[in-house]
Amino acid sequence: QMSKQLATFRAHLEEFASKHKQEIRRSPAFRVQFQDMCATIGVDPLASGKGFWAEMLGVGDFYYELGVQIIEVCLALKHRNGGLITLEELHQQVLKGRGKFAQDVSPDDLLRAIKKLKVLGSGFGIIPVGGTFLVQSVPAELNMDHTVVLQLAEPIPGSFLAHSQPIPALFQEHLLKEGMAWLDAQAPGEPQYWLPALFTELHSQEITPEEAKEALP
Amino acid sequence: QVKFDSGVLLLSTHRLIWRDQKNHECCIAVPLSQIVFIEEQAAGIGKSAKIVVHLHPASSNKEPGPFQSSKYSYIKLSFKEHGQIEFYRRLSEEITQRRWETIPTGQAMQVNKDSQAGRIRAVGIVGIERKLEEKRKETDKNISEAFEDLSKLMEKAKEMVELSKSIANKIKEKQGDITEDETIRFKSYLLSMGIANPVTRETYGSGTQYHMQLAKQLAGILQTPLEERGGIMSLTEVYCLVNRARGLELLSPEDLVNACKMLESLKLPLRLRIFDSGVMVIELQSHNEEEMVAAALETVSEKGSLTADEFAKLVGMSVLLAKERLLLAEKMGHLCRDDSVEGLRFYPNLFLTQS
Repeated sequence: QMSKQLATFRAHLEEFASKHKQEIRRSPAFRVQFQDMCATIGVDPLASGKGFWAEMLGVGDFYYELGVQIIEVCLALKHRNGGLITLEELHQQVLKGRGKFAQDVSPDDLLRAIKKLKVLGSGFGIIPVGGTFLVQSVPAELNMDHTVVLQLAEPIPGSFLAHSQPIPALFQEHLLKEGMAWLDAQAPGEPQYWLPALFTELHSQEITPEEAKEALP
Repeated sequence: QVKFDSGVLLLSTHRLIWRDQKNHECCIAVPLSQIVFIEEQAAGIGKSAKIVVHLHPASSNKEPGPFQSSKYSYIKLSFKEHGQIEFYRRLSEEITQRRWETIPTGQAMQVNKDSQAGRIRAVGIVGIERKLEEKRKETDKNISEAFEDLSKLMEKAKEMVELSKSIANKIKEKQGDITEDETIRFKSYLLSMGIANPVTRETYGSGTQYHMQLAKQLAGILQTPLEERGGIMSLTEVYCLVNRARGLELLSPEDLVNACKMLESLKLPLRLRIFDSGVMVIELQSHNEEEMVAAALETVSEKGSLTADEFAKLVGMSVLLAKERLLLAEKMGHLCRDDSVEGLRFYPNLFLTQS
């Protein structure tokens, strides 16, 4: 008896798609609304490419392809930032990669795509930091305490963590090991830690051909 | 500066007319014949684009207007939103053509009220603006219609979710009485709707017929790439490879994982392996990571010590997989780690070999 209901629903969805499929593709705001409503009723439109939502509305292809682009950017830049990148830089680089004729993607779209990538086990994660987000793309154990440290870093160009702040040195060391933080031992006063992920100078740099090769298997 | 802002500028063959947007009664005009010349002023920071209209001195029989006289011989038209370029072009045309000299005033208006139809037939600048406004309204209407339809759709989807919950409960109660067939069908319904599998996941896994087919497809697609990459690939690599190849009807990450989980049970020549770190890889059945470890040990011994990055470059592997191999070697006791702020470095385990 469920199959009958399912067929009916499928028809409704088809009708909706014929009228509004464009809207989903065109409008980031509409996508957000759509996703939120799905979440509220307990439906995940991105769970499977074989699901009705993906099939009829094309939401699947949009987000899964975005996932591929995110993976490639993160891989290409990993050696620069240790596998930690701001959402803004990721957004910029992804837009560049997509070219000017592609659909617009919003930071919200990126976050949703990344949430789906987590299940692949290669360490994708999202860390809220001072109003924005850092995207992790390596399986480093950034446990709760590390994320606290990251959150304390001020979002100014070349942010640093003061050694005198009450953060266990152990955690700062962990970030150093992973290459996510750099130590300036020659800084005047106390040693300073820098997070390459937050270097805005690096944002404008293109991904070099060598880095791009690294990204594609 | 005068207080005439928020208005619409109209151009006819005879006059330049400004009408207050809010108060349509308020309407002022300048005959085009009064214009000496016009010039553009580009927009800047905090400044809107402007057209400066230089005028002849007012004639004594000038019609009553906001000012009887002015010390300035020009007026400035400020385009706060848009339209300056087009308007400048049209105004230039009219001034050049001087049609007011030939066309009698009665037929003058380009913009006129079509009193019969009761609509305003708009051409020229105002026409363009109006069309844009209509289009904007229609887009807005489309969006609100879309949202309305979306809400209705979600209501129906919600019903489906409720239905699936009640079915799931029935399955739970009837534990033994449900045929495998029915369970499989139910799972595919859940897949279609994007509803998480509430009950049967523990017993039968999240896989469906679709995932079984997918697993078989993957086995075919991945054979060669795996051989080219030393028999092992991370799941993210596989995701990218497969989806890039497909182009359309892409796999979701979950589809990929669910399919890969079935590889072994379907006796396919690849398998899914999950390392302690959580990293997931696909290996050829013929691939033996433990044997690769022995080779890794040799490489590390030759160099004295290696980090995951160095090892990856040497061997031609991705850093992710290089690290996993070294970690596995460590787990098996062949390597020791030196964990410092300079990074994680691996050494042959001399404790084992030289005790």
